[in-house]
Amino acid sequence: MKKNNKKIVALIAYILTAFLGNLNADILDVEKDTLKFGFIKLTDCAPIVIAKEKGYFDDEGLSVEVEAQGNWKELLNRVINGDLDGAHMLAGQPIGATVGFGTKADVLTAYSLDYNGNGITVSNDIWKQMKPNVKKDAAGKVIHPITADSLKPISDKAKSNNAKLKMGMVFPVSTHNYEIRYWLAASGISPGFYYDPGTKQRDIAGFLNSDVELSVTPPPQMPQTLEAGTICAYCVGEPWNQQAVFKKIGVPVTTNYDIWKNNPEKVFGVSAAWAKENPNTWIAVTKALIRAGHWLDASWENRDEAAKILSQPNYVGAPYKVIKNSMTGTFEFEPGVDVRKMEDFNVFFRYNASYPYYSDAVWFLTQMVRWGQLTEQKEDSWYDQMAKKIYRPDIYMRAVEELVDDGAFEDSVFLPAYKANRAGGYKAPSSDFIDGKTYDGKKPNDYVKSFKIGLK
Amino acid sequence: MSTITDTTKGAVPKKFKSKKLLIYNPNRVAHTLDQLGLGYFSPIARLVGGDEPKKQLREIVSNTFLPLLAFAVFIGIWGICSQFVVSDSTRIPSPAQTWTAWQGMVDFAEAEKIKEIEYYEANEERALKMEAKAKVAEEAGQTDRVERYNGMAEKFRSKVYQGATTFFDQIGISLITVAVGFLVATLLGVPIGILCGVSKRVNIALNPIIQLFKPVSPLAWFPIVFVFTTWGIEQPESTSIWQRALWTSAGVVTLCSIWPTLINTAVGVASVDKDHLNVAKVLKLGWFKRIWKIVLPSSLPLIFTGLRLSIGVGWMVLVASDMMAQNQGLGKFVWDMYQNGDTQSTAQIIIAVFFIGAIGFLLDRIMLVCQRLVTFEEQNI
Repeated sequence: MKKNNKKIVALIAYILTAFLGNLNADILDVEKDTLKFGFIKLTDCAPIVIAKEKGYFDDEGLSVEVEAQGNWKELLNRVINGDLDGAHMLAGQPIGATVGFGTKADVLTAYSLDYNGNGITVSNDIWKQMKPNVKKDAAGKVIHPITADSLKPISDKAKSNNAKLKMGMVFPVSTHNYEIRYWLAASGISPGFYYDPGTKQRDIAGFLNSDVELSVTPPPQMPQTLEAGTICAYCVGEPWNQQAVFKKIGVPVTTNYDIWKNNPEKVFGVSAAWAKENPNTWIAVTKALIRAGHWLDASWENRDEAAKILSQPNYVGAPYKVIKNSMTGTFEFEPGVDVRKMEDFNVFFRYNASYPYYSDAVWFLTQMVRWGQLTEQKEDSWYDQMAKKIYRPDIYMRAVEELVDDGAFEDSVFLPAYKANRAGGYKAPSSDFIDGKTYDGKKPNDYVKSFKIGLK
Repeated sequence: MSTITDTTKGAVPKKFKSKKLLIYNPNRVAHTLDQLGLGYFSPIARLVGGDEPKKQLREIVSNTFLPLLAFAVFIGIWGICSQFVVSDSTRIPSPAQTWTAWQGMVDFAEAEKIKEIEYYEANEERALKMEAKAKVAEEAGQTDRVERYNGMAEKFRSKVYQGATTFFDQIGISLITVAVGFLVATLLGVPIGILCGVSKRVNIALNPIIQLFKPVSPLAWFPIVFVFTTWGIEQPESTSIWQRALWTSAGVVTLCSIWPTLINTAVGVASVDKDHLNVAKVLKLGWFKRIWKIVLPSSLPLIFTGLRLSIGVGWMVLVASDMMAQNQGLGKFVWDMYQNGDTQSTAQIIIAVFFIGAIGFLLDRIMLVCQRLVTFEEQNI
């Protein structure tokens, strides 16, 4: 009789477990279970917000607070000094910090938050001048991608009048800085250098030998700064391009998807000291982020729900209809005239977007050398060593293993990740760039030398 | 004249028996109200006592309706502004929109409370699931797993909710920040001020430093305080309110608000009546006793004037220092809303402005009462 009872209890327990389905993840023995993560008000913080709102952190036994930060510098400082356990970071931040451009400290990442998601917006006035130079099809519709060729005459004129065009980007080591520089330089406009090897002069603002002046503005302030006339163009993440459209103060001319297809954008960064003290916590956090990334790319309905969540004032806080545009794969260029479907405008999981590729880290290093943020030329092996120090696909793969073990996902979901891991964490050479150059992460020096504008 | 001192001196029970105090003296009550910074109510008190009812009524009417009228005019101008102060990207929200925004803030705070309840329910569910797993493991005879699962269940039950900080939480954190900053400023400012007042040499030595640092803005102090707090304060659990950012913000408040206290204390101490000091000499009081018994009591009115100015300055710089330090107070609220870049969020900033003003006014009134109390006592000495 007693035995029978036990069996019934076990059966009930079993049914209960099966019923609760996806939540049957086992929990790692985390070193720290009360955490605080920082983010900047941009839609690509979505995996962190979703992992919190959907309870994925809680499933790992983590109690997580997410807190908006004022600017990238502040956010990085607070991760380094331990105020924050981890944060939504520009992909260039862990790299810049570790190689010592700006604040020097070891910062690591095991999770890439997203691909793409940025745009370059110009003021209405500049667009009026650019538009006649832009190529159009028979129906008079603008042909994409719009290169900076159409901006060149305007920039040249401004420079000869001794009033260089002023443009905004969000941080010296941000993707945006490198992207707007890439876009300008591809059309022969020099965005300026941080170092001049001829005179040995350094310039922390990056204005040396420039045709335009690029300066730092925090993302949420971009539209106001553009409207105030302090800058006439900017490169920023969403929703701050669509916000300009919505408020009719500017026109997005290109997205970073056109500059480099599926380029790395934000990562989840932690300090090396934190990672050392909390190895299991790091894996647990990565597990929750992978689930969130997967959820975000599972359907457009999920994206719509995410847009609603992100529009809450404690997250991104911009109106839902502004956030919805890019989150659901629509991007509005010239207001009301040029609305395009761009399903890959912002990718969180597809194309293996959440895997931290070494080759992505190397790309940032090449750009740091190109623009003189790093003043010395390095061996190819140095790039590889640095990438392996900062990017940690091993942690990502541990999280994947755990998730598969838990039965939360089928093995097949992670086929691209396994493939990437077998390839040594490097992407195959690609020429998906606006200037048609080929980038091979294993040959960074060849890539750096291939640019017309850039230090060699 | 003597109500307050009498009651504070503890002879209340005996006095209560005396008939004199039970008689309603409108003038005395009105005066007390004035002293407490509640001058608005003093005509009412006089009216109750039947003292020149017509004059009192006139005063009550003008005290009530003139401010209301001015406020109505203000709302009107605001309403007009909201129609005309409109740029492409932003606009002044109308009073009605602001009211809606306020309701939105209340709703958000309520929704957060519900979320908190749901959080505990969800964790209870997770704990139950772990216990179910433990049972399965027990059935299979895996004792180590049983313990592990039960431990996990325990962990889920002990979790503390970490939700979004609501506007009302942020008010609380701001008040704590200012209290900490102000307390430190007082504990440093009063003793240093006394030293400056007592000794001319100390005064000469410190004066340049005081004059140099007094006009510095909180925005300039922040990066320096940040270095100190990062070095000296261990970051607590994120559930604690004593975050490093709070200390940083409080430190900035201290550095900006210490000066009025310090200077007023010094002036107060330096201007103590020479006769009093001579008495102290005759009585051969020691240094500490002289400070404690003679100097401090007679300089209290000026010290409190300084404290009142200090808390005003402290509250004023708080918003800026919260913004810089990312302390979860009202400054962060304003900054976050500014970054949200929505008309609705501008409306929420206006709400915050009203709250900041009202709280600042209240703090000032509290300090005014303290100040009046000590000034009062002095006249009785």
